[in-house]
Amino acid sequence: MAERFDVVVVGAGPAGLSAGLVLARGGANVLILERGEYPGSKNVMGGVLYNHQLDELIPGGWREAPIERNIIEQNYWLMTRDSAVSFGYRNQDWAGDPPNCFTVLRAKFDQWFAKKVEEAGATLITRTTVVDLLQDDDGRVVGVRAGRPEGEVYADVVILAEGVNNLLTQKAGLHNDWKMNEAALAVKEVIELPREKIEDRFGLEPGQGATIEMLGDASAGMLGMGFLYTNKESLSLGVGVLVKHLVYSGMNPNDLLERLKQHPKVRPLIEGGRVIEYSAKLIPEGGYKAIARLFKDGVMVVGDAAGLTNAIHREGSNLAMTSGRIAGEVALEALAEGDPTSRVLRRYQERLEETYVLKDLRKYNHANEFFDENPQFLRDYPELLSRMMREFFTVDSTPKWDKQAKILRMVRRERPLWRIAYDLFKMWRAIG
Amino acid sequence: MSAQALAAKPVPGEEKEKKDSRPVSIEDKLYLNRFNADKQSHLFIIDPEICLTKCPEQYCTKFCPAHVYEWDAEAQKILVGYEGCIECGTCRIGCPFRNIKWLNPRGGYGVQYRQG
Repeated sequence: MAERFDVVVVGAGPAGLSAGLVLARGGANVLILERGEYPGSKNVMGGVLYNHQLDELIPGGWREAPIERNIIEQNYWLMTRDSAVSFGYRNQDWAGDPPNCFTVLRAKFDQWFAKKVEEAGATLITRTTVVDLLQDDDGRVVGVRAGRPEGEVYADVVILAEGVNNLLTQKAGLHNDWKMNEAALAVKEVIELPREKIEDRFGLEPGQGATIEMLGDASAGMLGMGFLYTNKESLSLGVGVLVKHLVYSGMNPNDLLERLKQHPKVRPLIEGGRVIEYSAKLIPEGGYKAIARLFKDGVMVVGDAAGLTNAIHREGSNLAMTSGRIAGEVALEALAEGDPTSRVLRRYQERLEETYVLKDLRKYNHANEFFDENPQFLRDYPELLSRMMREFFTVDSTPKWDKQAKILRMVRRERPLWRIAYDLFKMWRAIG
Repeated sequence: MSAQALAAKPVPGEEKEKKDSRPVSIEDKLYLNRFNADKQSHLFIIDPEICLTKCPEQYCTKFCPAHVYEWDAEAQKILVGYEGCIECGTCRIGCPFRNIKWLNPRGGYGVQYRQG
């Protein structure tokens, strides 16, 4: 292993690869270290990747990337144990070029992305776990130590793209690990199903896809969300819940997933499918207040490692790409100016503050606390809405005036109208 | 209603469900994944005394999605089946006593997702 590079990037996910791409194109001598057998082999997400940030890095790249399906329809289901109120939006424009977003399977997508970065001139070494940072007496990061004999690699700048399990970020003193209410655990199954069946069941034309986010009973009363996404010849079905709620519920996440599979609205969609992989991933979702310190002398932290996700809008890999790109640009400036200290690297945070990445993290800073303290949004309101809809759609001999009065009485019995108004106001204040 | 009570409530029609929609155990699911198991563990119980004396709930034996942790009643300690670990990291932050040391497996070892 060569012992000196301009920049070492730890982790070949979307954040690290974006940084590596910008650096390689800028002429820097960049090394990317990945602990898996191949890029993507350790990487999991629900499956929706947004085109905009990929297109900024690789214009038109989506046309050759191993994408699964262009998402033309997005749905929300508000669920009780045996019912669901659904809301969705489809637009045929999204089937065109460019798409808004598409599903990907990360083991395939990340390999493609990594190949692009290697073609641009970056060096990628897989099967290599970085076990420590090399820091000088002043705490400046000057390199990394890989878990192999003579594994020291020196660099002017180290970019930590190690993912949510950010052990090196912690060793740099930039983060103190996630608290139980700052992260969610999601488990997911990839369920193989013939492509015609997927297109029939979801009402799709070839190549088009749909997403479903499931609120309410999908997470069994805990703060969380279920999801079902269409891939080419498989479905990605999963559920994520706040770690704090999971731990103290005494439930196993696999039981939550199996429970979701039995829901009468989910069951027919996955019927006859064959599970081909089971995965789990921690998602940092503590908002702006929970993110890592983003830089210090010689080092920057990007993507999940820094806690850059937007759980409310199920975004993460796009924030990873933007943060990686900007960190790469700032690293190039640091190399050009011969100063890889905080003086230059602070531009990474300054610029990120100006983007949607940190603006959205500030917007949803207290989203988790809000829903944690107001469980009625996850339990009572879905139940109430379901009962209202049931009454509304059930035709009996009740005249419609009486029916409306009955629904209103039902709501008032459950919750005074002023409380509902107050709850909605609070929600608007918290996340609106 | 608690999460557990909600989960226990049966869905109408659940009792006459078909054979292929029967719940699948974690162990069966882990067989679907590709692992390159190391000979050495990357997960460690820092102080077994804490599990024995301070943690009757044994949270990790329940919340781990890969069922890595199991209480050995005879040995009176938590057994760590690191070979089936899918490397989510939840145990590191989910142990209320922060009593689990979590490392990345050595390079090339551990789960290797084919779908992701």
